[in-house]
Amino acid sequence: MAQNSEPSTHVVAPEAVPVIPRGVRLVEDAARGGFVLLAPERVYKLDSVARHILERCDGKTSVAGIVDNLVTAFNAPRAQIERDVTAFLGGLAEKRVLEWR
Amino acid sequence: MTLTSPLVLLAELTHRCPLSCPYCSNPLELERRGRELDTQEWERVLREARALGVLQAHLSGGEPTARRDLEEIVAVCAQEGLYSNLITSGVGLTSERLARLSEAGLDHVQLSLQAIDEALADRIAGLPGAHRRKRAVAEAVTALGLPLTINAVIHRANIHETRALIDHAVALGARRIEIAHAQFVGWGLLNRPALLPRRAAVEESLAAVETARRDYAGVIVIDAVIPDYHARYPKPCMGGWGRMGLNVTPSGRVLPCHAAENIPGLDFWSVREHSLEAIWRNSPSFNAFRGEDWMREPCRSCDRRNRDFGGCRCQAMALTGDAAATDPVCHLSPHRNLVEAALAEAEAADALEDYRYRGYGAP
Repeated sequence: MAQNSEPSTHVVAPEAVPVIPRGVRLVEDAARGGFVLLAPERVYKLDSVARHILERCDGKTSVAGIVDNLVTAFNAPRAQIERDVTAFLGGLAEKRVLEWR
Repeated sequence: MTLTSPLVLLAELTHRCPLSCPYCSNPLELERRGRELDTQEWERVLREARALGVLQAHLSGGEPTARRDLEEIVAVCAQEGLYSNLITSGVGLTSERLARLSEAGLDHVQLSLQAIDEALADRIAGLPGAHRRKRAVAEAVTALGLPLTINAVIHRANIHETRALIDHAVALGARRIEIAHAQFVGWGLLNRPALLPRRAAVEESLAAVETARRDYAGVIVIDAVIPDYHARYPKPCMGGWGRMGLNVTPSGRVLPCHAAENIPGLDFWSVREHSLEAIWRNSPSFNAFRGEDWMREPCRSCDRRNRDFGGCRCQAMALTGDAAATDPVCHLSPHRNLVEAALAEAEAADALEDYRYRGYGAP
């Protein structure tokens, strides 16, 4: 299973809208437990933070909107959530499994 | 040892193919059309695979589009939630058919490129005109919004084109390219004198990949590894035998890896007689090299044994005659001299040998 560990150099603007493109799917992995992102020749195992971010990538909500949503849902510090969301989505975009609108 | 669930199914829908590439991963003895599983049998295999935990189905061959029921097979994958990946040469694949496959729920297309130079590409494929069709196929894939991967098998005749292949993949709109060095089992081993590149060419190719990764960061993902003959350690073949994936041949035999039929004496069970789950759990071939008990020294006490799993069993068989030996590409293998001898021959050879093209009947 592929891991997302490499640091991202991808710049993520707060107003950018992340879009999960065709050929990339968020699915539950019943056999091994948890959720995964299926992409060309790749299976990314998702921790719960990653899953909550991706579930909010509806093709309409901006990065800032996703951050706001998570801050409210988890009552967590905004700066930390922003860092997590930006790093995670930037990493996926660099791997060409996420696009921007 | 705990039994894991398989993640990937390689479905070799047919061995029929319009191309005859000399590094073909199909066995030397190809299966004929009359023995192929029918649509219902593939549907059952795919459903059983999903129930067993498989998430991705690679629809491969031969040339999978030679099957008239490919749309139905793709539709079953979509129904079951299996990620479907079509592995094709593109030859004979019209944009109308691609649209139907897309409609059926296809997730991804992997298109092979034999070379950049058209004459060279057609010589490798053994089919005049094969190369010319590819651009239209790539355009049709991206126009449908499907992700495109270019697969380029790299060997002595095209290794100097590494960067050009990556540039071309970008121009075709691919999100990903596999720089896949030819593997020397089966047809590849038969053609090794014509395929094995010199070390200088390998080093140039690896450097070209590194440069391209910087130039195309965020544009295209480049999957490439050091070709194993030129590496110090073996590749973690299949992510470990019977650990991550299974391969179903056109006639329904289930293999732990696509080349496993090169190992004599293994008993491969068929989906015509057993469920996929029974085969995964109990078939002798899947259990033959699971875990570590089968390992010899130097693997047995090696701290990398959980990372590379002793390397490739088929390569150990092909070069040493013993499938349980350490993969001879490992610099710790007592048989590394066999690899060194092949490399020395490649350094000394001036001209390219003729290919022995894959085909039906004894090679």
